[in-house]
Amino acid sequence: MWWKYLLFLGMSVIIWFSFTTPAPQQVIGEASRIFYYHIPQAWICVVAFAMSAYYSVKYLKKRNPLDDDLAADSARLGLLFCLLATLTGAVFAKVTWGSFWNWDPRETSIFILLLIYGAYFALRSAVEDEERRAALTSVYAIFAFVTVPFLVFVLPRMVPSLHPTDSVISKNLKFTMGPQVRTIFFSSLTLFTVLFFWIFNILKKTNSIRRKMETSAV
Amino acid sequence: MGDNSAGLVSKSLAVFVKDLRLELRSRYGLNAIFMFGITTLAVVSFSLGQAALPPKVLGALFWIIIFFSAMSGLAQVFVREEEQQTALTLRLTADPDAVFLGKLFFNFALLILMAAVITPLFFIFTDASTAGAINFLVILFIGIIDLCAATTLVAAIIAKAAVKGALFAVLAFPILLPMLIALTLSSEKIMSGESLSEAAKMIQFLIAYAIVMITASILLFKYVWQE
Repeated sequence: MWWKYLLFLGMSVIIWFSFTTPAPQQVIGEASRIFYYHIPQAWICVVAFAMSAYYSVKYLKKRNPLDDDLAADSARLGLLFCLLATLTGAVFAKVTWGSFWNWDPRETSIFILLLIYGAYFALRSAVEDEERRAALTSVYAIFAFVTVPFLVFVLPRMVPSLHPTDSVISKNLKFTMGPQVRTIFFSSLTLFTVLFFWIFNILKKTNSIRRKMETSAV
Repeated sequence: MGDNSAGLVSKSLAVFVKDLRLELRSRYGLNAIFMFGITTLAVVSFSLGQAALPPKVLGALFWIIIFFSAMSGLAQVFVREEEQQTALTLRLTADPDAVFLGKLFFNFALLILMAAVITPLFFIFTDASTAGAINFLVILFIGIIDLCAATTLVAAIIAKAAVKGALFAVLAFPILLPMLIALTLSSEKIMSGESLSEAAKMIQFLIAYAIVMITASILLFKYVWQE
């Protein structure tokens, strides 16, 4: 696990640069620095959701209870990042658009993601039998994941948006990133992804240890 | 192959007819869905009084009424199999695809019946303009297909869980929300007198959504059903 030191170092450097370099967007000014954190967080909640769907498929194919644990854990992490992205987004929205919540299409999308995560855990708590719970929640996670392309790519294009049609998803850049901003932003995106996989890996280890202890106890 | 798919259609129809017969015997789903729809409609209409409403509000209200009525009755089709302990027999006699399609048709029929009553009442109570009525019916029809497409699998899931009633709406809502947004936006356009082509983007979205939902449901249904 040598790369966790690298992650620590990288994160520190990014936090340092995100506050010391000139603000990425001149009109919004200082507050626009939040974009180095907000977008990676939103990205992670989709990545976590994809991971959850991936392990759900794996569970339905192999019926290994560990895969179900991992699906639930990545959903837990996804929920955490989803909350962070929503909160940072709300703060950012207050500063730039004047109110915390505007039902902008991307706000709607992240709200739906939050609801899906919430529903996923509501379903988990409603089924007693472990195998049945694993199968039902796996099906729900995959079914809900199918809606993500609609939320992320289709819906924001159908409804007029306050978000800049910027960054990674859309090609017509309204908010062009300078080389420095671009470097910090993509490094932050990468490091957040590494952070997610680092936490996920720890959960994976604890889960497999727990499963082993359970089987050896019986 | 052709033989096989013909078999699937007739098998799904058999499941559909079976459910229809059961429904006509007990009328549980129909009663629940009608009464819920009429109650919601009455509350909405009563609280609004004689206020003339803009199309935007009308479109939203209409889909809220349809959504909650649908939530009250659509899960019944699977919950009944579990409660009367007939799921096992059905699992032995019909293959999962046929069961799913039969239940999907049944929910579709249930919603069409419900909409056939609620929609005229809605227009009477709210005194909405009926100028674009035909276009509105097209949106309604697509909307009902979408509703069934997205909720039938969820109904199968919650039938296997411990708390059924509340869970259905909780699980179905996030999946329905994208299409509810598209439905309210397109109804708003139609109700303000615009033509269908104005809402073409939304309609494309709704149709694509229904196709994706039904495909995913058919692929996933057997894992729920065999549980």
